[in-house]
Amino acid sequence: MIEIRFHGRGGQGSVTAAEILAKAAFKDGKSVQAFPFFGVERRGAPVMAFTRIDDEPIKMRYQVYNPDYVLVLDEGLLNVVDVFSGIKDNTEVIINTKTFEGSGDHEVHKIDATGIALDMLGRNIVNTIILGYFAKKTGVVSIDSLLEVIKETFPGKIGELNAEATKKAYDMG
Amino acid sequence: MVKEVMTSNKAVAEAVRLAKPQVIPVYPITPQTTISEYLAQYVADEKIDAKYVKVESEHSAISAAVGASGAGVRVFTATSSQGLMLMHEILYAAAGMRTPFVLADANRAISAPLNIWNDQQDSIAQKDAGWLQIYVEDAQEALDTTLMAYKVSENPDILLPSMVCLDGFILTHTVEPVEIPDQEIVDEFLPPYVPEHAYLDPKDPMSIGNFADPEYYMEARHDMDVAMNNALDVIQKTCDEFAEKFGRKYGLVEGYKTDDAEIIYVAMGSLCSSIRVIVDELRAKGEKVGLLKIRSYRPFPVDAINEIVKDCSKIAVVDKNFAIGMGGALYGDMKLKIDKEIYGFITGLGGRDITPEALNEIYEITKNGPENDVTWIGLKEE
Repeated sequence: MIEIRFHGRGGQGSVTAAEILAKAAFKDGKSVQAFPFFGVERRGAPVMAFTRIDDEPIKMRYQVYNPDYVLVLDEGLLNVVDVFSGIKDNTEVIINTKTFEGSGDHEVHKIDATGIALDMLGRNIVNTIILGYFAKKTGVVSIDSLLEVIKETFPGKIGELNAEATKKAYDMG
Repeated sequence: MVKEVMTSNKAVAEAVRLAKPQVIPVYPITPQTTISEYLAQYVADEKIDAKYVKVESEHSAISAAVGASGAGVRVFTATSSQGLMLMHEILYAAAGMRTPFVLADANRAISAPLNIWNDQQDSIAQKDAGWLQIYVEDAQEALDTTLMAYKVSENPDILLPSMVCLDGFILTHTVEPVEIPDQEIVDEFLPPYVPEHAYLDPKDPMSIGNFADPEYYMEARHDMDVAMNNALDVIQKTCDEFAEKFGRKYGLVEGYKTDDAEIIYVAMGSLCSSIRVIVDELRAKGEKVGLLKIRSYRPFPVDAINEIVKDCSKIAVVDKNFAIGMGGALYGDMKLKIDKEIYGFITGLGGRDITPEALNEIYEITKNGPENDVTWIGLKEE
């Protein structure tokens, strides 16, 4: 069982990212489950979403308390919420940042997803991009399935651009 | 047949598409809203040939549903929480007028305090309305049960409406793999609804749901009790037929590792999945424990329950609802109908997460002998 926690702000697509990851892992032949932290969502407010991936059907319905992976879409959240909450010694943390120097306690992977987004999409939407980096760094999901699901989720030009940006982040991983 | 990753709300909407209702009166409310959105889209895209009735409240939605069903067509509606409370009056009318339509309830807590999160108080508050109530555990079961509900409700021996209860957010907003059956096989399983008894037809006018004086009222209510009891057999037979067609087995109840169990959890809905995990963990430590999942809450399947709990020593009923001053509704029904050592536990109200620790605590307390008949689990200490 692999458990992933996403941190973002309302409107940044954290819930969509959790669902895209689940759908891609499903294409890879895995059992999956993805859900938002059930809250009153407002644009800009901190939000969480979760994905579970396993070889066996997933039964548990409680929240994810000790994630194997943490993906932070907005580095501004680091001052607002404890993105390291409940992590294990081997939990891998990926943060969208240019500047973060580390918490001192736990090693993190850094990707300037915002830079890629502004460069390739013209908007600071990083939810698919950070998944590309995650796919390469962890091998939890195949890049082929990921790109397929991104194109299915966002039909047309937007999907194509997102897939390209995601592939770029993958190649940087 | 295709398998896709989707929420339980989408799974319900897919079932409705496959069931081909002719009228869909619906009013949106969190966390049901995406059901009404998917259905509006399907009607707009002509994936469903139905009249989508936009109404100004849940009271109107259910009233339109009763009217349409009374005219002899297949009808679907959906709601949640306060919306179901506003429907209360007409829920009784729907059952009393014997209109066999299906309502999906996205289970959500009741105000006050205002709360949009999951528990099962809303549908439990309607348990005596004369509706069949089936609680589903996952998205696949939400789809399958919606299809089966039509077949059961429309059976001439039943003619009572069905409520498919799915846990808000925990199911409605969680994506997981769902098998969508082919239309042709669904058509074989669920042919178009052809009303045989009372329905409104200009060529053969009659009144439905009209005035009944003391000479007639009791018989009309008694008939509903007969129909509800008939539903036990019809639900099981429908499940058997469904299993033959689609390969997925359901029943009135399900026992999980109950054969030699000394302590049995009893629960409804998505919570059963988490309890399965805890049962497996406790079994690995040598504990003789199992789960009784209640799918059909109305009708209440006493014989099927007794068959599963007959050899156990203690029962822990986990309720996500609470009758103030009394205990959970499922606990109350178990105490009334099942002659066993039964304890009640209240947890998960208003979306409080039901953790492995909470479920383990319920087991430990039951094993060691609870101090009280009803125990609250997961309350914060002051």
